[in-house]
Amino acid sequence: MQPFAYERPRRVEDATALLMQRGARVLAGGTDLIAQLKEGRRTASIVVDVKAIPEMVAIARGPDGGWRIGAAASIRALGGHAGLMAEHGALVQSARLIGSLQIQSRATLGGNVCNAAPSADAVPLLVALGATGEIAGPGGRRTLPVEDMAQSPGRVSLAPGEILVSIHLPARGTRSGAYYLRFTPRREMDIAIAGSGVSVTMAADGTIADARIVLASVGPTPVRCRAAEAFLAGRAADDQTIRDAARMAAGEAKPISDTRGSADYRRHLADVLTRRALSAALMDAEQRKAAA
Amino acid sequence: MTSIVRSEVNGEARDGIADPRDTLLVYLRDRLGLTGTKEGCSNGNCGTCTVLMNGAPVCACLVLAQEADGARITTIEGVADGNTLHPVQAALIEHGGTQCGFCTPGIVLSAISLLGENLSPDEHEIRHAIAGNICRCTGYDKIVHAIAVAAERMRAPGGTP
Repeated sequence: MQPFAYERPRRVEDATALLMQRGARVLAGGTDLIAQLKEGRRTASIVVDVKAIPEMVAIARGPDGGWRIGAAASIRALGGHAGLMAEHGALVQSARLIGSLQIQSRATLGGNVCNAAPSADAVPLLVALGATGEIAGPGGRRTLPVEDMAQSPGRVSLAPGEILVSIHLPARGTRSGAYYLRFTPRREMDIAIAGSGVSVTMAADGTIADARIVLASVGPTPVRCRAAEAFLAGRAADDQTIRDAARMAAGEAKPISDTRGSADYRRHLADVLTRRALSAALMDAEQRKAAA
Repeated sequence: MTSIVRSEVNGEARDGIADPRDTLLVYLRDRLGLTGTKEGCSNGNCGTCTVLMNGAPVCACLVLAQEADGARITTIEGVADGNTLHPVQAALIEHGGTQCGFCTPGIVLSAISLLGENLSPDEHEIRHAIAGNICRCTGYDKIVHAIAVAAERMRAPGGTP
């Protein structure tokens, strides 16, 4: 590894000041950064460890009834938070597909977003649930939908000195459900060939009021399937509708062929995974309504 | 810039000097002389260097030593009680859950982490808990069996160390 300095600021403003320096890199969980530094795929002059900044590791309910998750809170901490699990179990479970338990002790939601891997498992449901990121920089703070964070593989919409401080999840309605499903050849320790995250909100008459479908690993960034979403709005959630929507979503995928799978195979997976994830999200909404 | 890392390692306060580039793995082995933690892939895929950091299993190769300042670390050297092996260690020996032994320290710490949270794991839960630990000798069955046996013993009155 090339030499670098290590800093552990206690305040966001101190972190953004450090990040203005050339070659500064954010260290959250380190499960990507440290491996990249070792392998020479990235260099750093200063590594800025943000885990000592209280608001970057806190998990708390927001004033609007939603949740505010520090970008550097570990996936393990998410899984250990009973309140968050009760309300956003599907999202937390999607994050718990990342790596091993050892990786989840360190890895963070903010890292999963900011590494901008097309296969990032936690991102489809963050987008489907309408999550926004709070970004701090030299000029102050701004918010940006998680949907707009990834620009291309490995690149996010952050200017020099900017940092993702936290992720905000809007309050969840009683008639809503979510589910993420991915396909990997191995059950554990693998990267998705394709993934599908679905969030649904039901109307009082039992039809689908709103649906969001976000695919992973079938495009350079997570793919939002707007045609399939528009098709679902206002329809009854019967089997044929679910099948048709899944097929439409697969048609919106933009996959490539690579060592993990061909483009055709990925489209097929997007269809099957979306059908199953949509069914599971609808069931989640039913159960939540019954429990309410 | 080197700095002093102050942490609690296996129940004792330990101070040591670390370069910013030193991983926790290098620090434990080369600065503190705790060579029971082994280096495998060194990129977080194999779990051979698993230690517990504030009670959570981590790959020591993916943690910087300076991140461990103020942390509580448990390595394989800290799991036995004097000459009495931890039930997980004893069961692995009795049931042939170790062959070359290189992955064993990491397996032991992953198993101890699991049993700290769940003393009645089913087979699936045991396999999930060690999914991040690669063993190229055993085929895992004997390891899984040994962890189940250790859990059973630890559930007995007075069985938890």
